[in-house]
Amino acid sequence: MFENLTQRLQETFRKLRGKGKLSEADVDEALREIRIALLEADVNFKVVRDFIKRVRERAVGQEVAASLTPGQQVIKIVNSELTELMGGRESKIKYAPKPPTVIMIVGLQGSGKTTTAAKLGYLLKRQGRKPLLVAADTWRPAAIKQLQVLGDAAGVEVFGTHEGDDAVKVASAGVARAKFLGCDMVLVDTQGRLHVDDELMAELGGMKNAIMPHEVLLVVDAMTGQDAVNVASTFDERLELSGVILTKLDGDARGGAALSTRAVTGKPIKFIGVGEKIDALEPFHPDRMASRILGMGDILSLIEKAEASYDQAKATQLAEKLKTADFTLEDFQDQLEQMQKIGPLDEILRMIPGMGRIKGAGDMKVDDHRLRQVDAIISSMTPEERRNPGIIDGSRRRRIARGSGVKVQDVNVLLRQFNQVKGFLKQFGAGGKAGRRAMRKGIIPFMQ
Amino acid sequence: MNAADGLKKPTQPHNSGSKSKGLLAGLSERLTRAGQSIVGQVQSLVRRRPVLDDEFLEELEAILLQADVGVSTTMELLSGLSRSLKESGQGKALSEEDVLRYLKEEIVEVLGSHEPLRKAMEGPTVIMVVGVNGTGKTTTVGKLCHRFRKSGSEVILGATDTFRAAAIDQLEIWGKRAGARVIRHEEGRDPAAVAYDTCQAAKARGVDYVILDTAGRLHTHVNLMRELEKVKRVVEREIPGAPHEVLLTLDATSGQNGLSQAATFKEAVEITGIALTKLDGTAKGGIVLAIKDSLGVPVKLIGIGEGIEDLRDFDPREFADAIFQGLA
Repeated sequence: MFENLTQRLQETFRKLRGKGKLSEADVDEALREIRIALLEADVNFKVVRDFIKRVRERAVGQEVAASLTPGQQVIKIVNSELTELMGGRESKIKYAPKPPTVIMIVGLQGSGKTTTAAKLGYLLKRQGRKPLLVAADTWRPAAIKQLQVLGDAAGVEVFGTHEGDDAVKVASAGVARAKFLGCDMVLVDTQGRLHVDDELMAELGGMKNAIMPHEVLLVVDAMTGQDAVNVASTFDERLELSGVILTKLDGDARGGAALSTRAVTGKPIKFIGVGEKIDALEPFHPDRMASRILGMGDILSLIEKAEASYDQAKATQLAEKLKTADFTLEDFQDQLEQMQKIGPLDEILRMIPGMGRIKGAGDMKVDDHRLRQVDAIISSMTPEERRNPGIIDGSRRRRIARGSGVKVQDVNVLLRQFNQVKGFLKQFGAGGKAGRRAMRKGIIPFMQ
Repeated sequence: MNAADGLKKPTQPHNSGSKSKGLLAGLSERLTRAGQSIVGQVQSLVRRRPVLDDEFLEELEAILLQADVGVSTTMELLSGLSRSLKESGQGKALSEEDVLRYLKEEIVEVLGSHEPLRKAMEGPTVIMVVGVNGTGKTTTVGKLCHRFRKSGSEVILGATDTFRAAAIDQLEIWGKRAGARVIRHEEGRDPAAVAYDTCQAAKARGVDYVILDTAGRLHTHVNLMRELEKVKRVVEREIPGAPHEVLLTLDATSGQNGLSQAATFKEAVEITGIALTKLDGTAKGGIVLAIKDSLGVPVKLIGIGEGIEDLRDFDPREFADAIFQGLA
């Protein structure tokens, strides 16, 4: 029932791939599917209408006739239009020439402002900046305390006063405090309302005039429906946004709001929230998001994610090893350790090209118990055995099983799976069908 | 600053909902922005194009899609409507009144009849409130508590959201406002243990209602859904027949992902109804049509404002009346 957008689009493109030449009727059929898929992804109705129109104009006609495979041509057009729609290039924070850089974080209630403020503080701190979080939501019960708890977790200083205090004064005092403390970034968490109303806008407008922020970022819940455009355009009209942060993308929301807000306000999406943990905030890459939607994978994001946890040399090594399938049990164990840092395996798998095409790939879950077991088994091997599993005979298997407290069969299963993964990586490196077949059989360990 | 100082003087939310107006009058006023835009759009469409043809249906489709009704439910509504209009022989010359009346009938049919909150035959009635982050669980618990207290019932609140920073404090503030005891553990403790203690306290004190505020969780996080199942199992074991209601809070601005939320929570903890929150602005909450249509889960409560009184029972006909007021 809930096939995702990627699956929907791939279904359509499979139909297109099966045909030798693309007629106008074919394009229309494909676009009908794409339209439904986009609507089900909560892309705003009008944005969808314009999008479909643009793609049709480009797809029907000479571009199609000139291309080698018509299906590829449509994918390319849809992809580039989607990327275009989402803002083309990655957009970064603009820093003030003279610190501190003041960032106002605004949005509706429940969109995740306070959490996002803390995450952003953590991200900036990790980039070597010195941020101050300012609790200017003096209205919601316990909002100040929430920011304080989160600030503690992020290791970022928090400035807050009392509930019911004048929010504009708190914000101004916060900026002054940042200057006093020598902070180079000020992140102001503001009050949200259920809906955009004049009272709130007046307060936020007053705050904006008082603290003159360099960035005004709107936080939008990725699960928002058609209303996202109203929210974004109202905030933009009244406060002149500089960008958008899309939250809760770790759910199965297809995030059509990303497309809509961008198309309607023209303001870039700067970050995405992808989890409850303090480090779950990432830069938004429009091109990658588009190719992810189209099922073309996102190996770049995968590498980048790994980089944050690995050092640079290891990241390059891993990328190299993934390509050449020169992958030992040591790497494998290393991977397991890194995995917790990188995030859920199923999330990573979705970024790999081709995975989207495999039925049920999104449902694969990592079994923590099995993960620990595998870790224990590899730990019980000698370095030589890890590098060259071929030498592990029956006697060694028994020793390893005893050492790790598992049955010999468990060791056998692991070795068999490892060999299959290796084989898969080889195929995968070459982009072969066998790799995908291997994935389909579910032979990657710890997944059911 | 000292956080405790801030908590000593909780500010009162806007109490605009408690003005002395008829229930329906208040409701339709709240829904005018939402209502007018659907009704207004349909009216202007009929005026421009009083013929039942493809173009008419396409434009009507656009109106419904923009209310988050979703593609498949919209198709159903449209085919039902055009059948009704054709049967009554009005394909060629449509009137605003008829189109709106039939459309309202279609919507009421999908939404079903009014289903009030269930109550235990004897002993405490247990209500679990679940949902994804930021949909208004704690606020809904507070409002519900206030409503029961106002009718003279004894209520105990269980702070089973032990995850979100300051969630317990937020619930305490609501408890104080409504006059209900809050059973709490420290942050980070096992929610099932809090649920257990809450049930024990409820039995010992002979209260009428137990409301459990659970942590917000994205339905895609399997472990968190297991945790919620465990909370429910504890409640089932401690109080026979409980929980009597498992309410999913759903943000009225939700798009099609709301369907996925409802399906997953239904599978995990058999939600018995939906509390549609934040329904007082431009959001139309059309997703509840798709949810009732494909999962059979009814809307039981609607939150129409930020005041402590702004929680209503959901009656589909009354709701439709409020939207289409004075037109049918």
